[in-house]
Amino acid sequence: MFLINCPYCGERDQSEFSAGGEAHIVRPKQPTELSDDQWAEFLFMRKNIKGVQLERWNHSHGCRKWFNMVRDTSNDKIHAVYKMGEKPPIK
Amino acid sequence: MKNKYSIFSLIKNALSYHENWQRAWRDPEPKKEYDVIIIGGGGHGLATAFYLAKKHYIKNIAVVEKGWIGGGNTGRNTTIIRSNYLWDASAGLYDHALKIWEGLSQELNYNVMFSQRGVMNLAHNLQDVRDLKRRTHANRLNDIDAVWLNTEEVKKFCPIINTSPNIRYPVLGGTLQRRAGTARHDAVAWGYARGADAMGVDIIQNCEVKGIKRNGDTVEGIETSKGFIKTKKIGVVAAGHSSVIANMVDIKLPLESKPLQALVSEPVKPIIDTVVMSNAVHAYVSQSDKGELVIGAGTDAYVSYTQRGSHDVVEGTLKAILELYPIFSRMKMLRQWGGIVDICPDASPIISKTHIKGLYFNCGWGTGGFKATPGSGDLFAHTIANDEPHKLNADFNINRFVSGDLVDEHGAAAVAH
Repeated sequence: MFLINCPYCGERDQSEFSAGGEAHIVRPKQPTELSDDQWAEFLFMRKNIKGVQLERWNHSHGCRKWFNMVRDTSNDKIHAVYKMGEKPPIK
Repeated sequence: MKNKYSIFSLIKNALSYHENWQRAWRDPEPKKEYDVIIIGGGGHGLATAFYLAKKHYIKNIAVVEKGWIGGGNTGRNTTIIRSNYLWDASAGLYDHALKIWEGLSQELNYNVMFSQRGVMNLAHNLQDVRDLKRRTHANRLNDIDAVWLNTEEVKKFCPIINTSPNIRYPVLGGTLQRRAGTARHDAVAWGYARGADAMGVDIIQNCEVKGIKRNGDTVEGIETSKGFIKTKKIGVVAAGHSSVIANMVDIKLPLESKPLQALVSEPVKPIIDTVVMSNAVHAYVSQSDKGELVIGAGTDAYVSYTQRGSHDVVEGTLKAILELYPIFSRMKMLRQWGGIVDICPDASPIISKTHIKGLYFNCGWGTGGFKATPGSGDLFAHTIANDEPHKLNADFNINRFVSGDLVDEHGAAAVAH
């Protein structure tokens, strides 16, 4: 349990948010040309890092906007929060 | 076995005030080379080593564990054992395990306190009723015992459940698997450790794996905090940390690791003599032999390796528990903890070879691995020894995420993941 600093609403309880998994997994531009292996990679395979990870989150019980987060999964500490489309800040 | 446990050994040791029991397993330093190394000294890993030695006659085995054996999810679960899964592949896998459980204490000469007290799954809405009835039929077709109970029968089987039609999620019925039940989780790790050790398996604790050495697509050994150990076959049974090991060899797994919580109450006299699970409101409860209520909560919905979990998850579970069991309203909760579970997108495990020769993964058990411990060990041992899966775990390979042949137990398993 921790607090999250929503870039639109400010600091709120984590229970207001939904995690959207690993960030910066780009949706394939040419889906019809993808092989089964590439689909599996896009849909299912995850780094699942123990340590600093880039993630997508949604303020689902608030402004409902998506944003990105740099979080250490080994201790739940949040290093940075940044908006969709922005480059991840160097930690 | 060097020191068989029996009524006579108990009497003999009682006479010397229980001061002369032999230690149950050795504490060896790692050898330079092993035929097989198992990474992870939980129940599944120790069972794998046990069956490799017992059924496949491979004796030169090490189990390396970064902490102490059974200190991870083996000692953190709610000890529920059942096999009432919907799909044929899952039914085969979990019932294989349940059949081994039924003779496990004798097989290990170690009392794992397996208690077939039954597991009841409650239905709270019409869709639940349809799904659970369907699962009952599917179970019977797979030769797994299952019965449907109406509300009155549920009340008769477990009188403390609130079956009033006026609660938010009324009990509309439930299923019962009588062969299901619970076991003592620590005893399972200790029993397998003792059994494996007696056959020559080295159990190396406080030994963290730092890297996997390979030559092209063949494994050569592992780098550990106790130095390099050579081997040709590595079985990874690292539960929540499977991805950490996989990242060492640049394999991506379809896993996300999340904290799953459980909690126990203060001990009270016997009040509930079965296991009751409720998917819709996510509450399940049983009572340990010490008298504590054992309550399982849900997972946090985000990736985390912290073994604690969020408060709101516990709160949600206890709300549901209190509505279903008003009698527990003044119980005090004694301890709460979390374990890191590795969840597959289809909520089914992976027991599989990889594209690297000699590297095998047994992971993705998610929130329900304990019940499968003996079967998982047996099938993983078979997979490692023969370099081919057993027919019962053939469907649980990594390639199913490429082919699309998923074993989708998400909605069908007894509790939502």
